[in-house]
Amino acid sequence: MFKNIMVPVDLAHLEVLEPALSIVADLAKQYDAHITYVSVTANTPTSVARTPQEYEQKLDAFAQSRHQVHGQPVSIKVYSSTDPVANVDKQLVDAVEETGADLVMMATHLPRHLDIIMPSHGGKVATHTDASVFLIRVP
Amino acid sequence: MDKKPPNRPPEEPESAGIPAPDGPANLIDTDYVIGQDNITTSTMGVNLDLHGKVFTISSILVLLFVILTLALQDTIAPIYDAVFSFLTGNLAWFFILAANVFVILCLGLIISPLGKIRIGGADAKPDFTYVGWFSMLFAAGMGIGLMFFGVNEPLTHFGTSFDGGSWAPLAGAEGDAAGAAALGMAATIFHWGLHPWAIYAVVALSLALFSFNKGLPLSMRSVFYPILGERVWGWPGHLIDILAVFATLFGLATSLGLGATQAAAGLTYLFGAPESDITMILLIIGITIIAICSILAGVDKGVQLLSKINIAMAAVLLFFVIAVGPTLLIATGFFENLLNYFVHLPALSNPFGREDANFSQGWTAFYWAWWISWSPYVGMFIARVSRGRTVREFLVSVLLVPSVISVLWMTTFGGTAIDQYVSQGIEAVRNAGVDLQLFMMLEQLPLSQITSFVAILLVIIFFVTSSDSGSLVIDSITAGGKVDAPKPQRVFWAIIEGAIAIALLLGGGLTALQTMAVSTGFPFTIILLVACYAIIKGLMSEPKAV
Repeated sequence: MFKNIMVPVDLAHLEVLEPALSIVADLAKQYDAHITYVSVTANTPTSVARTPQEYEQKLDAFAQSRHQVHGQPVSIKVYSSTDPVANVDKQLVDAVEETGADLVMMATHLPRHLDIIMPSHGGKVATHTDASVFLIRVP
Repeated sequence: MDKKPPNRPPEEPESAGIPAPDGPANLIDTDYVIGQDNITTSTMGVNLDLHGKVFTISSILVLLFVILTLALQDTIAPIYDAVFSFLTGNLAWFFILAANVFVILCLGLIISPLGKIRIGGADAKPDFTYVGWFSMLFAAGMGIGLMFFGVNEPLTHFGTSFDGGSWAPLAGAEGDAAGAAALGMAATIFHWGLHPWAIYAVVALSLALFSFNKGLPLSMRSVFYPILGERVWGWPGHLIDILAVFATLFGLATSLGLGATQAAAGLTYLFGAPESDITMILLIIGITIIAICSILAGVDKGVQLLSKINIAMAAVLLFFVIAVGPTLLIATGFFENLLNYFVHLPALSNPFGREDANFSQGWTAFYWAWWISWSPYVGMFIARVSRGRTVREFLVSVLLVPSVISVLWMTTFGGTAIDQYVSQGIEAVRNAGVDLQLFMMLEQLPLSQITSFVAILLVIIFFVTSSDSGSLVIDSITAGGKVDAPKPQRVFWAIIEGAIAIALLLGGGLTALQTMAVSTGFPFTIILLVACYAIIKGLMSEPKAV
């Protein structure tokens, strides 16, 4: 059913993503799917990396460590942006196209009033792509 | 200096030791992790990520100054004035000398081999097209000033030169209309040409260099790394950042308040809108709401788009005035004014032994302090959008191109107004208040209803482009140099700006607090001189681009 699962990750908030990542691993094993970990990072220094290149190396290391856990083939894709907070949704939608993913799995927060002005990234991506989207609610 | 352990995510310790790639840039070796002093919290569904000390102290300081100014207006306004008069009166030479240093440094870098170095490392690609990039730096840098002073300043300097008296630039040109016009234009271009843009360029280049090439946070304090080393992460750094927030927030809020007064005067003049507090408050609220939409849409789709619209409209207005105004006069005037500027430049920029104290202190030193107090905000914003440009490309675009455009703008608007007065004997423009002079000048030309409307729209959008980019800058400084802090924070700053503008508009004290904000130009002049040293030191340690 699913051949290529795209998983947006933010290395700055890995602790929040942990439950979602194990579900990704289970599903990938179930369908024997390839996993692409995708990040949108700032091109200015961030708390994770001081250059986009450094971020890419760290995401690669992260992907390899996940590979050790679930054994499925992995790859990564990093986008750097002047304003990642504002551009992340559009970049992720583009990334679905570029990685050829047929399923996007991402962690999201519970619905809240603020979503009216600032919708969740997951919700935004789901309404702008043809791929299946699996939003995992992190309590 | 106490070094706190880096708070990297525990899941990926194996990747923490991976060195940054060789070649493209030369990162500074520091253990500081961006955001390590930040407080992250989540209240009522809103996530926050703020630098504890910088955010808290600057918020308290801002609140304190607003309350003090509102409560003790009559006592405190003279104090602000006295501080500022002391600075421009006694230290005019310092401002003028420092600004000359900035211009010489920038021009020197353009021709030196260091100009080949690329911001963001040798392989970095620009994030924005030339048009988008240029629109943003121009809209943030001086768009709004050009609208108000494009007519006023050439006409004022022409007047004082022609009439003679103590406010004339240099020796004046009493009774000589052509000479007074030439001197007036040269003096105006001096204030809007190479010097202000060099001030912005120094801040922007130093920040861009230390952030993109050296890997330090995008915050004023990073520029001090070559001098203070690891101490920039402590109190000296906090103070620099707090001062930057103070200057930016009060600079923006007071000019938003005063700008609303001026825009309201324009609306009253054009459409007979009531010149009441309600009109002005509605204007501030409207500007703030559009600014919030813009910052939510982000730099690319919000700020860049608005800036492009803004610059396109300004260009249409400019070329319209050139076409229907005294076209030939403007065309020849452009080159004459450029020449006059260079002829008078040595005398105008001379810091010592000036005979025209009123002009050099009241105008030039005032302007330099003003530009410099704006430089943390404009410089930081320019820095953020300039990754991928070479130093030479950057300086030509931030220094030379805007200066040439300023010359064209001043020639067109100021030259037309002077021509209306000298050749056609129209006195209306000269007699009008600062906020109406542009509209009076346009009234003498065809289609004035449309052009005046475009002008007022331009004023409003220029305020939006200042407010949105300013909020992004303040947010980044108070988030410890993070540009990826949660969105509600930038909205918060835009609202605070509007709120301060409204409070001061109703309670009084806009001009007083603006004076205080401009006074921060003094400490920032020292900071900028350090930035000059940091730029040279930083560039020398970069690997040469191929």
